[in-house]
Amino acid sequence: MENRDDLIVNDSYATLSNHSEEEGKAIRKKIWQVTLLLSVLTTIEILMGIYLSSRDANYWPVVKWSFIIMTVVKAFYIVYEFMHLGHEKKSLRRYIIIPYVFFIIYMIFLIIQEGFSVGAHSA
Amino acid sequence: MAGHLETVDTATAWGGGRSPFNATYGKMMMWFFLISDALTFGGFLIALGFAKASAESWPVADEVFFHFPGTHANLPLIYVALMTFILIVSSVTMVLAVEAGHRMDQKGVQKWLGWTVIGGLVFLGSQAWEWSTFIAGPDGVLSTWADNATLTNNPYSANGMNPDDVRYTNFFFFVTGFHGFHVFTGVLINFLVFLKVKKGVYQERGHYEMVEKVGLYWHFVDLVWVFVFTFFYLV
Repeated sequence: MENRDDLIVNDSYATLSNHSEEEGKAIRKKIWQVTLLLSVLTTIEILMGIYLSSRDANYWPVVKWSFIIMTVVKAFYIVYEFMHLGHEKKSLRRYIIIPYVFFIIYMIFLIIQEGFSVGAHSA
Repeated sequence: MAGHLETVDTATAWGGGRSPFNATYGKMMMWFFLISDALTFGGFLIALGFAKASAESWPVADEVFFHFPGTHANLPLIYVALMTFILIVSSVTMVLAVEAGHRMDQKGVQKWLGWTVIGGLVFLGSQAWEWSTFIAGPDGVLSTWADNATLTNNPYSANGMNPDDVRYTNFFFFVTGFHGFHVFTGVLINFLVFLKVKKGVYQERGHYEMVEKVGLYWHFVDLVWVFVFTFFYLV
């Protein structure tokens, strides 16, 4: 009974993550830096979205891939800093990230490939 | 940074009687739930990718989403950009609430969590406006169902898209609707936790991990929006 960590009485893991004033100051600085980064990336995305049209086939593939890369960068910072995953134990971090990223990349590849094939046959 | 992780050797960490991940049961389960939810949203967005890849053509987002309340000017993506910023800001106030919780600063948690709830409500309100504008369709009149955007009618079928192809409106309603429902439940949960913070429940408990757990959910909602924004409005 006393070895269970799901009970509210054993909250040592939770209390361990409490921190001091000075540590809090450093963490808040980091939070504002990430906020700035997310805002800048979003602004760039919006400006590109407004001024570059998908109707121009010359540069659209480059634009499209820069959108996707910027989105992944934003996602990385949200998960690693805001959701604090970057500061959890390495085992927990890998346990969450690796299976998800592996399956989702596999699924994207399969389904989008299939989509283009279906489109080509019905056209 | 936060989390004074104990350094123990592998045999001790995995030897039973403790969490090898240095995380409580509740936090682990929140992460597991988020993984399954992320797979659901991933499925939605990949299905959207399939529809776009297989359709003859697809409406251009700048030509559908250019409205802004109180003006008839052509302002592509400005409104949805505003919604995106509202959600990012509410994510920041949430992470500040979690940080205040780690310092056992009850007033700070209360303040930042309160702002997070307000940010969520503003986002939901914006989405209601976004939906009604989208449903009204190109003519901007909401009352005539025949040319409104519904699950069975796609008034945005100009530029070559087959008018019978209602996948565009269907994906809009399902993807933003499913996300909006997550925002709604997030606001509800944040508000309930806010009340408990106010009552001093977590102060008495000695830690604010509950704020951290609902924070994970709230950041996830922001994370999903980052992808919805890219794949529905930009790409």
